[in-house]
Amino acid sequence: MASISRTILICSGKGGVGKTTLTANLGIALARQGHKTVVLDADFGLRNLDLLLGLENRIVYTAQEVLAKSCRLDQALVKHKQEPNLALLPAGNPRMLEWLKPEDMQSIVGMLAKQFDTVLIDCPAGIEDGFKNAAAAAREAIVITTPEVSAVRDADRVIGLLNTQGLSPVQLVLNRVRPKMMANQEMLAVDDVTDILALPLLGLVLEDEQVIVSTNRGEPLTLSGSQSPAARAYSNIARRLQGEDVPLIDPAKEGRGLRAKVRRLMQKKIF
Amino acid sequence: MTLRDILDKLLGRQPASATTARERLQLVLAHDRTDLSPELLEQMRREILEVVAKYVEIDLDHGDVSLETEDRVTALVANLPIRRPLAVSERSIDRSGESFE
Repeated sequence: MASISRTILICSGKGGVGKTTLTANLGIALARQGHKTVVLDADFGLRNLDLLLGLENRIVYTAQEVLAKSCRLDQALVKHKQEPNLALLPAGNPRMLEWLKPEDMQSIVGMLAKQFDTVLIDCPAGIEDGFKNAAAAAREAIVITTPEVSAVRDADRVIGLLNTQGLSPVQLVLNRVRPKMMANQEMLAVDDVTDILALPLLGLVLEDEQVIVSTNRGEPLTLSGSQSPAARAYSNIARRLQGEDVPLIDPAKEGRGLRAKVRRLMQKKIF
Repeated sequence: MTLRDILDKLLGRQPASATTARERLQLVLAHDRTDLSPELLEQMRREILEVVAKYVEIDLDHGDVSLETEDRVTALVANLPIRRPLAVSERSIDRSGESFE
C-alpha cells in the first residue's frame, strides 16, 4: 500500500489544448519510472483517455459501477498490458453528470490513493460542475495551456478557481510551442505566458506531429521510448514531478544554421 | 527595441502579433479577474473623477483610471494630475453626513 500518494488534477479550462494527451503520456512515463500510477478519466461527458491509451476495448466496468458498489474497484481498473505499473479507471456514463457530487469523486480518489503512488485525474474542459467535482478530489494541479490568447485566458480562470479551492502546488505545462513562430514574435513567448499566469513552469512541449501518430495507434509516445521532441518533454515533466532537476528546453535555441542565427540577431535588444 | 522592431517601423509593417496578443490578454484578464466589464469600469472611472473633482481641480484630459495586473494581483491605478487645489469656497462638499462626537 502506498503511504503518501499524490493526487494531481490535469486541467486547462479550454478544450483541445492537450489535457488527455498529457495525462496518458505522463501516466505511462511515471509508470515506466517505477511509480504505481493510476489515471482517472473524470471527463464523463466526453471520455477519451481510454482511446489515447489504447484500452478502449478492455473496459468492463467504470467509475459508475464502483460508486454504485455493483463491482469492486479492482474489477473496474484496466491494467495496461505493456506497462503494468499503470492502470486506468474509466469514466462512467454521461448520465452520471446528473447526480455526481464532489464527495463521490473524493471517495473514488480516496480508494485509488490507497493502492497507487500517484493518481492523475483527467479533468473535463470548462469550469462547471465536472471541473469542480474533479478539483475537489485533488491536492495538486497541473494546468496545461497553449501560447494562444483564448487558451491562456481560460487557464487564468481555472487557476483562479484552483487557488480558491486551495490546491497546491499548481504548476504549468505549455503545450504546442512552435519555436520558429516564437522567434518571429508571432506567438506569445514562454515568459509572456508564465508572467501572465504567474505559475511555475513544469514543462514545455514542442508542437510535434508524432503526437497525432501516437493517438492514431493508441500508444502514447512515452510508451515506445520515442525520442521525438514531445516524447522527451513528457518524460522530463514526469521526472520534474518527482523533484528531479531537469533543465527546460529553450525554444530560442531550437534550430541551428544561418536562418536561426539571423532570427536570434533580430531579437537581440539593442536599446 | 530590437532590430526587428526597427525594420518593422522602417518598412511600415504591422508589429509582430505576439505583442498585440500580450496587450489584449493583459487587458481582458484584468477585467476577468475583477469581474468588471469595460462599461462598469468606465462608470467607476467617471464617479471617481467626480469625487476627486470636489476637492481639487484635476486635468480631466490626462487623467487615467485603469486596472493593472502583476503576479495575479490586480490593482486599480488612478493617475490624476492636479491642476490646483480648490479654494474652500469652491468646494462643493456635503458635510451634513458628518457627526461630531
